Amino acid sequence: MIKIEKLHKSYPIGKDSLHVLKGLDLHIKEGEFVAIMGSSGSGKSTLLNIVGLLDAHDSGNYYLNGQLIENLDERKAAILRNKFLGFVFQSFNLINYKNALENVALPLYYSGMGRKERNEIAMQYLEKVGLADWATHLPSELSGGQKQRVAIARALVTKPKVVLADEPTGALDSSTSHSVMELLKEINREGMTVFVITHEEDIAEETDRIVRLKDGVIISDEKTLKKSKV
Amino acid sequence: MFDLDRWQEIFQTISKNKLRTILSGFTIAFAILLFTLLFGIGNGLKHTFEKQFAGDSQNSVYINSGTTTKPYKGLQSGRQIQFRNEDAKFINEKFPDEIQFFSPNIQRSMQAIYKGEQNRYTVRGVYPDYQPLESAVIQDGRFLSYIDIKRRAKVIAIGRLVEEDLFGAKSAMGKNINLDGISYKVVGVFNDPGGDNDERYIYAPFTTIQGMYKPNDEVDYFGLTFNSKLSVDEALAFSNLLTKVLKEKHNIDPRDQAAIRVRNYAEGTKNVQQFMTVLNVIILFIGIGTLIAGIIGISNIMVYIVKERTKELGIRKALGATPSSIIGMILMESIFITALAGYTGLMLGVFALRALGDSLEKYFILNPSVETYVVVGATIVLIIAGTIAGYIPAKRAASIKPIVALNDE
Repeated sequence: MIKIEKLHKSYPIGKDSLHVLKGLDLHIKEGEFVAIMGSSGSGKSTLLNIVGLLDAHDSGNYYLNGQLIENLDERKAAILRNKFLGFVFQSFNLINYKNALENVALPLYYSGMGRKERNEIAMQYLEKVGLADWATHLPSELSGGQKQRVAIARALVTKPKVVLADEPTGALDSSTSHSVMELLKEINREGMTVFVITHEEDIAEETDRIVRLKDGVIISDEKTLKKSKV
Repeated sequence: MFDLDRWQEIFQTISKNKLRTILSGFTIAFAILLFTLLFGIGNGLKHTFEKQFAGDSQNSVYINSGTTTKPYKGLQSGRQIQFRNEDAKFINEKFPDEIQFFSPNIQRSMQAIYKGEQNRYTVRGVYPDYQPLESAVIQDGRFLSYIDIKRRAKVIAIGRLVEEDLFGAKSAMGKNINLDGISYKVVGVFNDPGGDNDERYIYAPFTTIQGMYKPNDEVDYFGLTFNSKLSVDEALAFSNLLTKVLKEKHNIDPRDQAAIRVRNYAEGTKNVQQFMTVLNVIILFIGIGTLIAGIIGISNIMVYIVKERTKELGIRKALGATPSSIIGMILMESIFITALAGYTGLMLGVFALRALGDSLEKYFILNPSVETYVVVGATIVLIIAGTIAGYIPAKRAASIKPIVALNDE
């Protein structure tokens, strides 16, 4: 599903440049539940941004769903994001003047679906995350956990190939974090590839595979023991 | 179907962000309102001026005689110059091409009596040509004719206000008015755009008045209009030449200013035209200034709006919004608000001007109003400015990497 070969990325800082990713190789198959771990500055967010087509890489190859990603302009990137990727952010990134249902329906608007149909589908996904009763509430009227559930529903609504979650529990307390992770696991069990970035050990433990990053290189890549439990 | 959807998305954004909408709408509405008001008041000043100078024919020349102030060719100063019929003939024959209408004139103040009513009026003995000279407009009957002149008929054409004074609401047509003891028949009633004074004159045939009140063939003054094909400068040259030949004919020092006075309205017309040009330039300047202020206002607000929405735009892009859809959304929003607010400002301005009406007449503002095409044009200019002002930051926002936009707080 995601295949990365010798990926390099550096950011210009003044006259110098900061080499963030130093030749990563990573292969994530369909249906995997992977956590990328690392302290801040390890390059994990940069990796997610490149995988999520939010940022471009300098060199190396990146295949998404078998398609080589190169020379993407903003328009093509936007279409691919809409089609293949769903995002869950640490700060939720809901649009504050749209209610829960409208937030969830927004990706479908950009894929060109009619209003009635997309509201129906958005409602199904809100039901799935247990927030059907909150459909008409604005983000400011929702708790942190509820906001993240709305964000997850929004990430899923276009039936993407991969869900990318950047510190999805970073702004939540431990019990809400746990229920959000349960939701992500459930999605994964239904066959969705889920790609989580975190610096919390216990969150990473709930996934199937942990990739550890340090200073722009992968230092370990191992399966967790939990898989056998399911 | 897709377009309707897009509009629904825009209406939602507009209605959910009221402060932003009101802020930008207010700027536009206010700019257009100010533009309309200033332009309207400027036009009001213009109307007052046009009215002030619309009284008499703009190409009239009046020739009066006076007393010499300089000795010349052995003649002493202090000599009274008297025009006579032969002067009329002389002028007419000397300038056949330049002169359009010409009439000698004798003017006297007389007591007019009709039944119980009486009043003093200025009676002018004139030729039929005098009517266009004064821009008098006949509303009943007719003006004097050449047959009246020939027969020395005792007929008169009276001003609208003379009729009102002496006859009240009744018609004066065909009635006889007694002027200083002699009865005249009213053959016409006229009105005059020059105002009340011009509507209190009584016109009688020149020959009738001359025969009755002047010894021999004396004339008080001449009135004429020059050919309207003459330019202002040609007209002034014509009246200068006219003065010169008349002075020669009456043996007057060419430098003597008092003996013969020629008043050419072209001179005034020239001044008025220059004044109007200056007034127009001022109005134009004010208008452009207001528009520029409005354009700067809307530009600032558009930059601010796009800046404020950077994160929202980042989210939309992460969810699959293409750059062109982002630009389109911002532009359509901006055009919609600008057009609506511009129309509101325009309507407010037009209504305000209409409500003002002629209430500011004593401040020389008459019928303040604006031509529709001017305000519509101004609104369109603002819409275009708002579009350009919105396009630049929108394009920038659309090309920011979504990750940068998402990190914008």
